Amino acid sequence: MGKVTPKSPLPIRIAALAICAGVGALLSRAVLAIPETESGLAPLVDANLEASGVKNAVTAVLLNFRGYDTLLEIAVLMLATIGVLSLSVTQKGTWDPIAAQADPVLSALARFLAPVMILVSGYLLWAGEHAPGGAFQAGSVVGAAGVLLALSGYARPAWISRFALRAAISVGFIVFIAVAIGEMIAGGLLLQYPADLAKTLMLLVETWLTVSIGAILVSLFIASASPAEELRMRSGGEG
Amino acid sequence: MSQTDLYTLAGSALFVIGLYGLMTRPHLLHKVLALNISSAGVFFVLVGIARRVPGTTPDPLPHAMVLTGIVVTVSSTAFALALAKRIFTETGTAALDASDVDVEEDAGD
Repeated sequence: MGKVTPKSPLPIRIAALAICAGVGALLSRAVLAIPETESGLAPLVDANLEASGVKNAVTAVLLNFRGYDTLLEIAVLMLATIGVLSLSVTQKGTWDPIAAQADPVLSALARFLAPVMILVSGYLLWAGEHAPGGAFQAGSVVGAAGVLLALSGYARPAWISRFALRAAISVGFIVFIAVAIGEMIAGGLLLQYPADLAKTLMLLVETWLTVSIGAILVSLFIASASPAEELRMRSGGEG
Repeated sequence: MSQTDLYTLAGSALFVIGLYGLMTRPHLLHKVLALNISSAGVFFVLVGIARRVPGTTPDPLPHAMVLTGIVVTVSSTAFALALAKRIFTETGTAALDASDVDVEEDAGD
Protein backbone atom coordinates (compact mmCIF):
# COMPACT_ATOMS: atom_id res chain seq x y z
CA MET A 1 0.00 0.00 0.00
CA GLY A 2 0.95 3.67 0.26
CA LYS A 3 3.94 5.40 1.76
CA VAL A 4 4.23 6.63 5.31
CA THR A 5 1.42 9.01 6.06
CA PRO A 6 2.19 12.56 5.02
CA LYS A 7 1.95 15.45 7.38
CA SER A 8 0.91 18.96 6.56
CA PRO A 9 3.66 21.58 6.11
CA LEU A 10 4.93 23.21 9.30
CA PRO A 11 3.20 26.60 8.83
CA ILE A 12 -0.17 24.89 8.46
CA ARG A 13 0.47 22.79 11.56
CA ILE A 14 1.42 25.87 13.57
CA ALA A 15 -1.65 27.74 12.38
CA ALA A 16 -3.83 24.72 13.22
CA LEU A 17 -2.25 24.49 16.64
CA ALA A 18 -3.00 28.17 17.27
CA ILE A 19 -6.62 27.76 16.16
CA CYS A 20 -7.03 24.65 18.31
CA ALA A 21 -5.52 26.36 21.35
CA GLY A 22 -7.96 29.24 20.89
CA VAL A 23 -10.96 26.95 20.43
CA GLY A 24 -9.82 24.86 23.40
CA ALA A 25 -9.53 27.89 25.64
CA LEU A 26 -12.97 29.15 24.63
CA LEU A 27 -14.53 25.72 25.08
CA SER A 28 -12.98 25.25 28.51
CA ARG A 29 -14.22 28.65 29.60
CA ALA A 30 -17.69 27.83 28.29
CA VAL A 31 -17.98 24.45 29.99
CA LEU A 32 -16.63 25.81 33.27
CA ALA A 33 -19.13 28.67 33.10
CA ILE A 34 -22.14 26.33 33.18
CA PRO A 35 -23.78 26.93 36.56
CA GLU A 36 -23.79 23.99 38.94
CA THR A 37 -26.95 24.99 40.72
CA GLU A 38 -29.52 24.42 38.02
CA SER A 39 -30.11 21.04 36.49
CA GLY A 40 -31.34 22.14 33.08
CA LEU A 41 -34.53 20.52 31.89
CA ALA A 42 -34.43 17.60 34.31
CA PRO A 43 -37.19 18.95 36.58
CA LEU A 44 -39.41 19.52 33.55
CA VAL A 45 -38.82 15.96 32.37
CA ASP A 46 -39.52 14.60 35.85
CA ALA A 47 -42.72 16.59 36.12
CA ASN A 48 -44.06 15.24 32.84
CA LEU A 49 -42.72 11.70 33.07
CA GLU A 50 -46.09 10.47 34.33
CA ALA A 51 -47.80 11.64 31.14
CA SER A 52 -45.22 10.19 28.75
CA GLY A 53 -46.38 6.59 29.01
CA VAL A 54 -42.98 5.18 30.03
CA LYS A 55 -41.03 5.22 33.28
CA ASN A 56 -37.51 5.71 31.93
CA ALA A 57 -36.69 9.39 31.49
CA VAL A 58 -34.24 8.87 28.61
CA THR A 59 -36.78 6.82 26.64
CA ALA A 60 -39.44 9.43 27.39
CA VAL A 61 -37.19 12.17 26.01
CA LEU A 62 -36.18 10.16 22.94
CA LEU A 63 -39.55 8.85 21.88
CA ASN A 64 -41.98 11.34 23.34
CA PHE A 65 -40.74 14.79 24.40
CA ARG A 66 -38.20 14.99 21.60
CA GLY A 67 -39.60 12.40 19.24
CA TYR A 68 -38.96 14.77 16.38
CA ASP A 69 -35.19 14.40 16.93
CA THR A 70 -35.45 10.65 16.85
CA LEU A 71 -37.61 10.72 13.73
CA LEU A 72 -35.01 12.84 11.95
CA GLU A 73 -32.26 10.64 13.34
CA ILE A 74 -33.64 7.48 11.79
CA ALA A 75 -34.08 9.47 8.58
CA VAL A 76 -30.38 10.43 8.71
CA LEU A 77 -29.45 6.80 9.30
CA MET A 78 -31.56 5.66 6.38
CA LEU A 79 -30.15 8.34 4.05
CA ALA A 80 -26.57 7.50 5.06
CA THR A 81 -27.24 3.85 4.29
CA ILE A 82 -28.76 4.70 0.92
CA GLY A 83 -25.70 6.84 0.22
CA VAL A 84 -23.26 4.12 1.24
CA LEU A 85 -25.06 1.49 -0.81
CA SER A 86 -25.16 3.78 -3.86
CA LEU A 87 -21.45 4.56 -3.59
CA SER A 88 -20.48 0.93 -3.57
CA VAL A 89 -18.91 0.10 -6.94
CA THR A 90 -20.07 -3.48 -6.93
CA GLN A 91 -23.60 -2.49 -5.91
CA LYS A 92 -23.67 -5.49 -3.63
CA GLY A 93 -24.56 -4.25 -0.20
CA THR A 94 -24.86 -7.82 0.94
CA TRP A 95 -22.58 -9.89 3.06
CA ASP A 96 -21.29 -12.18 0.35
CA PRO A 97 -17.89 -10.45 -0.19
CA ILE A 98 -16.38 -11.00 3.24
CA ALA A 99 -18.00 -14.38 3.76
CA ALA A 100 -15.06 -15.96 1.93
CA GLN A 101 -12.69 -15.15 4.79
CA ALA A 102 -14.37 -17.48 7.25
CA ASP A 103 -12.68 -18.77 10.38
CA PRO A 104 -14.01 -22.07 11.81
CA VAL A 105 -13.50 -21.06 15.45
CA LEU A 106 -15.18 -17.72 14.91
CA SER A 107 -18.13 -19.26 13.12
CA ALA A 108 -18.64 -21.79 15.93
CA LEU A 109 -18.62 -18.91 18.40
CA ALA A 110 -21.00 -16.89 16.26
CA ARG A 111 -23.48 -19.76 16.22
CA PHE A 112 -23.58 -19.65 20.00
CA LEU A 113 -23.61 -15.90 20.32
CA ALA A 114 -26.02 -14.76 17.62
CA PRO A 115 -29.21 -16.19 19.21
CA VAL A 116 -28.16 -14.89 22.63
CA MET A 117 -27.55 -11.44 21.17
CA ILE A 118 -30.98 -11.37 19.59
CA LEU A 119 -32.47 -12.36 22.94
CA VAL A 120 -30.49 -9.61 24.70
CA SER A 121 -31.69 -7.12 22.15
CA GLY A 122 -35.31 -8.09 22.82
CA TYR A 123 -34.68 -7.64 26.54
CA LEU A 124 -33.07 -4.21 26.01
CA LEU A 125 -36.00 -3.12 23.88
CA TRP A 126 -38.48 -4.11 26.57
CA ALA A 127 -36.35 -2.80 29.45
CA GLY A 128 -36.19 0.63 27.79
CA GLU A 129 -39.64 1.29 29.20
CA HIS A 130 -38.44 1.53 32.79
CA ALA A 131 -34.62 1.20 32.79
CA PRO A 132 -31.68 2.12 30.58
CA GLY A 133 -32.29 0.48 27.23
CA GLY A 134 -34.46 1.06 24.21
CA ALA A 135 -34.49 0.85 20.45
CA PHE A 136 -30.99 2.16 19.77
CA GLN A 137 -29.25 -0.11 22.23
CA ALA A 138 -31.33 -3.06 21.06
CA GLY A 139 -30.66 -2.22 17.41
CA SER A 140 -26.93 -1.96 18.07
CA VAL A 141 -26.92 -5.47 19.53
CA VAL A 142 -28.84 -6.81 16.52
CA GLY A 143 -26.36 -5.02 14.27
CA ALA A 144 -23.43 -6.50 16.18
CA ALA A 145 -24.95 -9.97 15.81
CA GLY A 146 -25.25 -9.41 12.06
CA VAL A 147 -21.66 -8.16 11.79
CA LEU A 148 -20.44 -11.17 13.78
CA LEU A 149 -22.33 -13.53 11.48
CA ALA A 150 -20.98 -11.77 8.41
CA LEU A 151 -17.40 -11.94 9.71
CA SER A 152 -17.68 -15.61 10.55
CA GLY A 153 -18.66 -16.57 7.06
CA TYR A 154 -22.39 -16.90 7.23
CA ALA A 155 -23.53 -15.64 3.89
CA ARG A 156 -26.80 -13.79 3.62
CA PRO A 157 -29.55 -16.43 3.83
CA ALA A 158 -31.40 -16.93 0.59
CA TRP A 159 -34.72 -16.00 2.15
CA ILE A 160 -33.47 -12.49 2.82
CA SER A 161 -33.72 -10.96 -0.60
CA ARG A 162 -32.12 -7.64 -1.42
CA PHE A 163 -35.57 -6.16 -1.39
CA ALA A 164 -36.18 -7.54 2.11
CA LEU A 165 -32.93 -6.01 3.32
CA ARG A 166 -33.91 -2.63 1.92
CA ALA A 167 -37.37 -2.97 3.41
CA ALA A 168 -35.80 -3.70 6.80
CA ILE A 169 -33.59 -0.62 6.43
CA SER A 170 -36.55 1.67 5.83
CA VAL A 171 -39.32 0.09 7.92
CA GLY A 172 -38.37 1.97 11.11
CA PHE A 173 -38.68 5.34 9.46
CA ILE A 174 -41.89 4.38 7.66
CA VAL A 175 -43.59 3.12 10.83
CA PHE A 176 -42.39 6.14 12.82
CA ILE A 177 -43.72 8.65 10.30
CA ALA A 178 -46.94 6.67 9.89
CA VAL A 179 -47.50 6.86 13.65
CA ALA A 180 -46.64 10.57 13.66
CA ILE A 181 -49.08 11.33 10.85
CA GLY A 182 -51.70 9.02 12.34
CA GLU A 183 -51.61 11.12 15.49
CA MET A 184 -52.27 14.22 13.42
CA ILE A 185 -55.20 12.56 11.68
CA ALA A 186 -56.55 11.47 15.06
CA GLY A 187 -56.71 15.12 16.04
CA GLY A 188 -53.43 15.70 17.83
CA LEU A 189 -50.19 17.30 16.76
CA LEU A 190 -47.32 15.63 14.97
CA LEU A 191 -45.85 13.06 17.39
CA GLN A 192 -48.34 13.93 20.11
CA TYR A 193 -49.22 10.51 21.47
CA PRO A 194 -52.73 10.05 22.83
CA ALA A 195 -52.30 9.50 26.56
CA ASP A 196 -53.88 6.04 26.73
CA LEU A 197 -52.04 4.68 23.68
CA ALA A 198 -48.66 6.32 24.29
CA LYS A 199 -46.90 3.23 25.64
CA THR A 200 -48.25 0.92 22.93
CA LEU A 201 -47.37 3.30 20.12
CA MET A 202 -43.91 3.95 21.48
CA LEU A 203 -43.24 0.24 21.79
CA LEU A 204 -44.49 -0.28 18.23
CA VAL A 205 -42.19 2.44 16.93
CA GLU A 206 -39.25 1.15 18.96
CA THR A 207 -39.70 -2.43 17.80
CA TRP A 208 -39.48 -1.46 14.14
CA LEU A 209 -36.70 1.00 14.88
CA THR A 210 -34.73 -1.90 16.34
CA VAL A 211 -35.20 -3.92 13.14
CA SER A 212 -34.16 -0.96 11.01
CA ILE A 213 -31.16 0.05 13.09
CA GLY A 214 -29.90 -3.54 13.10
CA ALA A 215 -30.28 -3.83 9.33
CA ILE A 216 -28.73 -0.39 8.79
CA LEU A 217 -25.68 -1.10 10.94
CA VAL A 218 -25.08 -4.44 9.23
CA SER A 219 -25.47 -2.90 5.78
CA LEU A 220 -23.12 -0.03 6.62
CA PHE A 221 -20.52 -2.45 7.93
CA ILE A 222 -20.77 -4.83 4.99
CA ALA A 223 -20.59 -2.02 2.46
CA SER A 224 -17.56 -0.48 4.23
CA ALA A 225 -15.74 -3.73 4.87
CA SER A 226 -15.41 -5.04 1.34
CA PRO A 227 -12.81 -2.88 -0.38
CA ALA A 228 -10.52 -5.53 -1.82
CA GLU A 229 -12.86 -6.92 -4.47
CA GLU A 230 -13.83 -3.51 -5.75
CA LEU A 231 -10.28 -2.29 -6.07
CA ARG A 232 -9.13 -5.47 -7.75
CA MET A 233 -11.82 -5.01 -10.36
CA ARG A 234 -10.41 -1.65 -11.38
CA SER A 235 -6.67 -1.99 -11.00
CA GLY A 236 -6.33 -5.47 -12.40
CA GLY A 237 -5.58 -7.86 -9.57
CA GLU A 238 -3.31 -5.79 -7.34
CA GLY A 239 -5.78 -4.33 -4.86
CA MET B 1 -12.40 21.12 40.62
CA SER B 2 -15.52 19.04 40.55
CA GLN B 3 -16.02 15.75 38.75
CA THR B 4 -18.16 17.51 36.16
CA ASP B 5 -15.36 19.97 35.41
CA LEU B 6 -12.96 17.09 34.90
CA TYR B 7 -15.32 15.45 32.42
CA THR B 8 -16.17 18.58 30.49
CA LEU B 9 -12.55 19.73 30.32
CA ALA B 10 -11.43 16.29 29.15
CA GLY B 11 -14.21 16.41 26.57
CA SER B 12 -13.09 19.83 25.35
CA ALA B 13 -9.51 18.57 25.11
CA LEU B 14 -10.63 15.55 23.07
CA PHE B 15 -12.64 17.80 20.79
CA VAL B 16 -9.62 20.02 20.16
CA ILE B 17 -7.31 17.04 19.54
CA GLY B 18 -9.76 15.81 16.92
CA LEU B 19 -10.02 19.28 15.41
CA TYR B 20 -6.24 19.48 15.09
CA GLY B 21 -6.11 16.10 13.37
CA LEU B 22 -8.92 17.10 11.04
CA MET B 23 -7.04 20.21 9.96
CA THR B 24 -3.52 18.82 9.64
CA ARG B 25 -3.93 15.27 8.35
CA PRO B 26 -4.39 15.11 4.58
CA HIS B 27 -5.30 11.44 4.59
CA LEU B 28 -9.05 10.96 4.49
CA LEU B 29 -9.04 8.01 6.86
CA HIS B 30 -7.20 10.13 9.42
CA LYS B 31 -9.75 12.89 8.98
CA VAL B 32 -12.59 10.46 9.61
CA LEU B 33 -10.86 9.17 12.74
CA ALA B 34 -10.19 12.74 13.89
CA LEU B 35 -13.88 13.56 13.46
CA ASN B 36 -14.73 10.55 15.60
CA ILE B 37 -12.36 11.71 18.34
CA SER B 38 -14.04 15.12 18.22
CA SER B 39 -17.49 13.59 18.56
CA ALA B 40 -16.30 11.51 21.49
CA GLY B 41 -15.27 14.81 23.09
CA VAL B 42 -18.73 16.26 22.50
CA PHE B 43 -20.35 13.20 24.09
CA PHE B 44 -18.01 13.51 27.06
CA VAL B 45 -19.06 17.10 27.60
CA LEU B 46 -22.77 16.23 27.29
CA VAL B 47 -22.56 13.29 29.67
CA GLY B 48 -20.55 15.45 32.05
CA ILE B 49 -22.98 18.34 32.19
CA ALA B 50 -25.91 15.96 32.59
CA ARG B 51 -24.67 15.29 36.10
CA ARG B 52 -23.48 18.70 37.11
CA VAL B 53 -25.75 19.10 40.14
CA PRO B 54 -24.38 16.76 42.82
CA GLY B 55 -26.85 14.46 44.49
CA THR B 56 -29.59 14.61 41.87
CA THR B 57 -30.49 12.20 39.11
CA PRO B 58 -28.66 13.03 35.86
CA ASP B 59 -30.49 15.22 33.36
CA PRO B 60 -31.97 12.76 30.83
CA LEU B 61 -31.94 15.26 27.98
CA PRO B 62 -28.17 15.30 27.31
CA HIS B 63 -28.20 11.52 27.64
CA ALA B 64 -30.82 11.27 24.93
CA MET B 65 -28.77 13.65 22.79
CA VAL B 66 -25.65 11.51 23.22
CA LEU B 67 -27.64 8.43 22.27
CA THR B 68 -28.81 10.20 19.14
CA GLY B 69 -25.31 11.52 18.49
CA ILE B 70 -23.64 8.11 18.69
CA VAL B 71 -25.95 6.69 16.08
CA VAL B 72 -25.54 9.68 13.78
CA THR B 73 -21.76 9.47 14.22
CA VAL B 74 -21.80 5.82 13.21
CA SER B 75 -23.79 6.54 10.07
CA SER B 76 -21.80 9.62 9.10
CA THR B 77 -18.56 7.70 9.65
CA ALA B 78 -19.79 4.90 7.42
CA PHE B 79 -20.83 7.38 4.75
CA ALA B 80 -17.48 9.20 4.97
CA LEU B 81 -15.64 5.88 4.69
CA ALA B 82 -17.72 4.93 1.66
CA LEU B 83 -16.87 8.29 0.05
CA ALA B 84 -13.17 7.88 0.87
CA LYS B 85 -13.19 4.36 -0.51
CA ARG B 86 -14.81 5.54 -3.71
CA ILE B 87 -12.28 8.38 -4.01
CA PHE B 88 -9.50 5.82 -3.63
CA THR B 89 -11.09 3.58 -6.25
CA GLU B 90 -11.43 6.46 -8.68
CA THR B 91 -8.16 8.32 -8.15
CA GLY B 92 -5.80 5.81 -6.54
CA THR B 93 -5.17 8.00 -3.51
CA ALA B 94 -7.13 8.65 -0.37
CA ALA B 95 -5.35 11.85 0.64
CA LEU B 96 -6.66 15.32 -0.06
CA ASP B 97 -4.45 17.86 -1.82
CA ALA B 98 -1.78 15.31 -2.63
CA SER B 99 0.03 17.96 -4.67
CA ASP B 100 -0.01 20.38 -1.77
CA VAL B 101 1.91 18.28 0.72
CA ASP B 102 5.44 16.94 0.65
CA VAL B 103 4.64 13.35 -0.18
CA GLU B 104 5.28 10.96 -3.02
CA GLU B 105 2.28 9.88 -5.05
CA ASP B 106 1.06 6.58 -3.74
CA ALA B 107 -1.15 5.93 -6.74
CA GLY B 108 -0.94 2.63 -8.47
CA ASP B 109 -0.24 0.33 -5.59
